[in-house]
Amino acid sequence: MINHASTPRSLLFLDLLALLGLIGAFGLVIFYAPLELTMGSVQKVFYFHVAAGWAGMLGFLVATATAIAHLKTGSLKWDIASLAGVEIGMVLMALCIISGSIWARPVWNTWWTWDPRLTTALIMELIYAAYLLLRSGIDDSRRRAKLAAVYAIVGFTSVPLTFLSIRIFRTIHPVIIGSADPAVAGSFAMSARMQITFFSSLAAFSVLFAALYWHRYRLGRLQGEILEKRAALEMESE
Amino acid sequence: MMPDTGAYMIAGFAVILGGIIVYVTTIFVRNAHVARQADVLNSRYENLSKESHDS
Repeated sequence: MINHASTPRSLLFLDLLALLGLIGAFGLVIFYAPLELTMGSVQKVFYFHVAAGWAGMLGFLVATATAIAHLKTGSLKWDIASLAGVEIGMVLMALCIISGSIWARPVWNTWWTWDPRLTTALIMELIYAAYLLLRSGIDDSRRRAKLAAVYAIVGFTSVPLTFLSIRIFRTIHPVIIGSADPAVAGSFAMSARMQITFFSSLAAFSVLFAALYWHRYRLGRLQGEILEKRAALEMESE
Repeated sequence: MMPDTGAYMIAGFAVILGGIIVYVTTIFVRNAHVARQADVLNSRYENLSKESHDS
């Protein structure tokens, strides 16, 4: 029997925590964080833009750790965990890139520029899109899991490169945490209220990631069980 | 004078929050679909067990 019992209470609690965290962080962004004088209201997108990017990279990190676990143990549950990390990472990173583009329009006067940060972030997203394509092209689950694990580990090199790109290359992207060039368009120093809002947003998106990850992992496990059961039934009926 | 960039702020939050809502919806839709498939397979499995038990 395939057991698709109702959602565990701890996951429902995490869902509630994620929802409240997101509402709370949004409230801080709108009502508590001060308006930045040179950019105006659009600067407020920064809090969720960075938080989405952080949670997206967290997804890729988890995907890599679970890929290593799969290669060590051979267990398919780690493959499901890795796929969950990549999928959520891709969604959040896409939201980060698109919201960054919306921010850039009034601040840089362009939707997109081939700046090192933007370029490496896009390449990172494409690398993980190729991960999903690779998976869809292999039928044998063991072989797919092994190849996907190797690819996830190699693909992860794009994540620190994207994170560090604004620190090691010449770029117009602002560096908010760490040493920043104040001449860069869109750069600003965070006041105490901004810092509280920023770290609250990071925490809210981290909890959101955990909740989404748990749901996606449960879905993957159930999908795997159905495939196994279907194959067993076909064998029995033959 | 502070520039009026409110429309861009609304667009930015609409993309992020809307994207999250869409993704959460896809997880629930996929979950419901998989749960239906599990029910069908469970009932098929029960029928097969009954048939083999009767024979």
